[in-house]
Formats: sequence, structure tokens, C-alpha cells
Amino acid sequence: MIRLLLPLSLAVAVLFGVSLLIGPARIGLADSLRALMAGGDSPIALVMREIRLPRALLAVMIGASLGLAGAAMQGYLRNPLAEPGLIGVSGSAALGAVIAIQTGFAGGFALGLPLAALSGALLAVLLVMALAGPRGTSLTLILAGIAVSALAAALTSLVLNLSPNPFAASEIVFWMMGSLEDRSMTHVWLAAPLMGLGLALLGTLGRGLDALTLGEDAAQAMGIHVSRLRLQLVFGTACVVGAGTAVAGAIGFVGLVVPHILRPFVGAHPSRLLWASALGGAVMVLAADIATRVVLPDRDLKLGVLTALVGAPLFLHLILKLRKERL
Amino acid sequence: MTVLSVSDFSVTLQNRGVIHDVSFDIDPGEFVGLIGANGAGKTTLMRAILGLLPHGGLSSLAQLPQAARAGHAAWMPQMREIAWPINVQSVVMLGRIPHLGTLQKPGADDIRQVEAALARMDLTEMRHRPATQLSGGEQARVLIARALAQDTPLLLADEPIAGLDPAHQIATMQTFAALAQQGKSLLVSLHDLGLAARHCTRLILLGNGTMVADGTPEDVLSPETLAQVFGIAAWCQHTDQGFVYQPLDVIR
Repeated sequence: MIRLLLPLSLAVAVLFGVSLLIGPARIGLADSLRALMAGGDSPIALVMREIRLPRALLAVMIGASLGLAGAAMQGYLRNPLAEPGLIGVSGSAALGAVIAIQTGFAGGFALGLPLAALSGALLAVLLVMALAGPRGTSLTLILAGIAVSALAAALTSLVLNLSPNPFAASEIVFWMMGSLEDRSMTHVWLAAPLMGLGLALLGTLGRGLDALTLGEDAAQAMGIHVSRLRLQLVFGTACVVGAGTAVAGAIGFVGLVVPHILRPFVGAHPSRLLWASALGGAVMVLAADIATRVVLPDRDLKLGVLTALVGAPLFLHLILKLRKERL
Repeated sequence: MTVLSVSDFSVTLQNRGVIHDVSFDIDPGEFVGLIGANGAGKTTLMRAILGLLPHGGLSSLAQLPQAARAGHAAWMPQMREIAWPINVQSVVMLGRIPHLGTLQKPGADDIRQVEAALARMDLTEMRHRPATQLSGGEQARVLIARALAQDTPLLLADEPIAGLDPAHQIATMQTFAALAQQGKSLLVSLHDLGLAARHCTRLILLGNGTMVADGTPEDVLSPETLAQVFGIAAWCQHTDQGFVYQPLDVIR
């Protein structure tokens, strides 16, 4: 376990450092570190503290959130194809943001967009829980999630469809691709409490998820409150994914691919996979965000596009490997 | 002192009465076989007794708070589900979950229980293999070991020996009988009446959602009851090898 967590933590630390050192403003290693530590009003300090630090922090926070939520969701549903977006929270958060951009609410003040996205996420969670019922099974949760996701996607398309303003439409499309560019410490402070709460809710699910390996009946007979676990899972996922989508847009594939890659390294234990996936998610998002700046520095490559570009083939590779093992 | 007390028990699912008028007590040292035709309500009865289904009447087990219940009774469901490729000994260790505090790691006592359960179910050699790669019968043995590792006064198992090879069927029944001799109690649903007759100390026969007979195997497996409930004729005899029971023909 430590043999996996240690290199992953190390990778997070190294990539965090690299993320701080890369940007359009060419600043030397020593200068940037000094400015970061000392602060002050120099332009270098401003770049480090107001642009690069929030960007790197958000990459870690969002990556860890998506990884952890993905591992928890797969563990609860006992399905390696589950991902945090399944319960409709990310789609609904995106809808909230899209409405904010379209109505001009987002332009009104800095936090207009993330707050609208969070409202969307909250509505989605309440709707999913109402649809799935307090004592439902994992299947009712999936169906409710699909219904809410589909509704959110349809309404998002409707807003785009009826948008009279082409600039708003293109802004919406770009926002939906997900990015960490030009985020400030305000975004970090907005997301941090929600993500902290969500990580605490999800991170303590380990034992229940282990018991669920043997099915809901067996887990309940082992003293696990399955309906309470489900509530904790849904609200935890809503907190982290809602907050993540609100500040960075939709970033796909992290919650799906990371638990899948790490599962063989933790002996497939759902509990051990939780925090390993959190670290793995942070590594993936940090690396992808660095890549957006290195691969095409002049062309504003979007983070969500890159994770999908990397994630989809990786996932295909895993499926092919799985097929070979089963034969 | 009874380990399980069930009285005036009934279960209604989707406005259809599935179980009605079931009452029985199980004492320490009893190995009770629950028999009955397909659809007689064996699984429903056991799940409701465990408090997993809404029910009428009393079940001493369902009355306990959920955590205490897990310390009192272990449950092996009919659906043999192992979702992830976890190795065999880790699956068995899951049975220790009710005994562990929130962040407590398994201690010497937990490891001892797991070792004993592995040895009992003849799994020691395959302990490091992923449980999902085993055959169906082997997986059943892993799940029985998991339930044994929970180390409860009462064990409920739903068709635990279905799909096992003859040697492991007999060995499992002998393990259950040995546990009963040590003072534990078992309620096990079975379809193999021959094994039930030979190893159980008592049989409860379920038909149309209620108890048709309750007593020693010799009493319950009478020709009249068998004809009425299962529609079969059988040969049964006390021999030097114990009570032997062999179904012969379908009457209908």
C-alpha cells in the first residue's frame, strides 16, 4: 500500500512544482520560488501567487476529487465503468453555468458562474435522491442519474439552440470543454470547503465499499448501513464534482480511467483504491494541465479535451487487455 | 436460552402474502435444515428473519440494532457475488468487518479466525488466488468461509452447498454439524434431502409460504408429507451408517 501511495505522492509533489514553473511569462526557477515564498507587489510575485498557484492548486484539488469520486462510485455500483458524472451532477452543474453565461449573470460578478453551476449541482442531487428513493438499490440510482443527465444535456442544448448571441454560444462551448486557465485564488476558496467536505464524506466509505464486494444483502448483514452509505456517496460526489465543474468546467475520463489503472496495484480492494485514486487523479490532471501549456502554448488547448484525448485510447487499451485475460 | 426466536411471522411483498404463520425457536447446538420446493419462500423467510425485508410478527434477530445483528448472525446469500478480483484470504477477512472499529486494522484474533475458516473449507492452498478466477463451487466455499470467519453464534446460509462437488458437499455438511456440536446454531436452506436427512439435527419444511412440518429428519421426511409437498416417493431406512434417504420417483 505504502509502496503505491509514496510514489504517487511524490509524483503529485513534482508535477505541482513543474506546474508552478511553466507559463507564458518566462521566469527563472530561483526567481519564481523566491517570489512565491516572499510575496510582495512585484510582477513576478503576482504571476506566481495569483495565476500559477491557484492553477496548480485547482489541478490537485479537482484531480483528487474526480479520482476519489470515481473510485467510490465504481466501488458502490460494483462496476468498473461507473464514473462520477453518472449521477447527473456534472451535467447539471454545466447547465447552471451555461444559463449563467447566456443570461449575462456570469458577467455580472466574478463568482456568478460558479455559484450558478453549484445551484445546478444541488438541484440535480435533490432530484436524483427524490427519484431514486430513500431505500432504492444501486440500479434505481443509475436510472435516476441517467434521467437527470439526459434532462440536463437536453436543456443545455436548448439554451445553445435558442442563443441569439453567437459570442455567448462560443463562450459556452469553450467553457464546457473544461480549463484551469485564468482561475484565481477566489475560485480556490470557493471550491475548497465543498471539496473538503466531499473528500471527507467519500474518503470514509472504504469499509462499507469493501463489504459491498459481496453484494448489498451480505454487506447489510455485516452491519453496513447501505442506504446511509448511498446517501454519503451521492452527497460527497455532488460536493466534489459540483465544485469542480463550477470552477473548471467539465473534465471527463479522470474518474473513469484512474481507478481502473490503479485497481491491480491495490489488490482490487475498493477501500485501498479510494486514496490511491485521489492521488492518481491529481497526477493525471496536473500532467494534463501542464501538457496543455507545453504542447500548444499559443493555442489555448482545453484541459477537458486533453483528458478525453488521453483517456479514451487508454481506456480502449484496458478493455483490450481485459478481453485477452478473459479468453 | 434460544439463539433465534421467530413467532407469528409473515412477509407480504407487493400485496401478495409470501410467508404466513411461521413460528419456531432455534437453540444452541441445533443444525436446522430449511427445506421446501422452489418458490416455497425459503429465501424470503431467511432474509426477513435477518431484517432485510419488511415483515409482520417477531424475529428476535431483526429486533436487534444492525451492528448487534452482525455480531449475532452471519448470512450467506444465495447470490454468490464477488465483485472484484480480491484474493481468497482477503474475501474471508471481510467477514471480520463487524468486529473491527472504524479505523482498526485486523489483529491476531482476526487472522486466527480467517486461518481457521480457510482450513475448514479446504482453501489454504488457493488463498492467494483472485476469488473471481475460481470455479463456482470454489467461490461458494470461499463465501462459506467468509461467513464462518464472522464467528457468530448463529449462521444463516441460503443453499450453500448447491454446485459443490460431492466431497465438498459432504465436507461442508460435516463442518456445519461440527459447528453445531460446538454449540453454534445453523439455519441452512437445502435441496439435497439425502444430505439434509443425514447431517441436520432438525428439519423445517416450508410449503406454500408456511410451515408444514418441523422436527427430526425421520419425522419430517415421512412418505405422506413428501408426496404432499414435493410430489415424490423415496426410500428411507435406518442403517448401520445412520439414517439414509434416497428420492426415487415423481408421483403426479
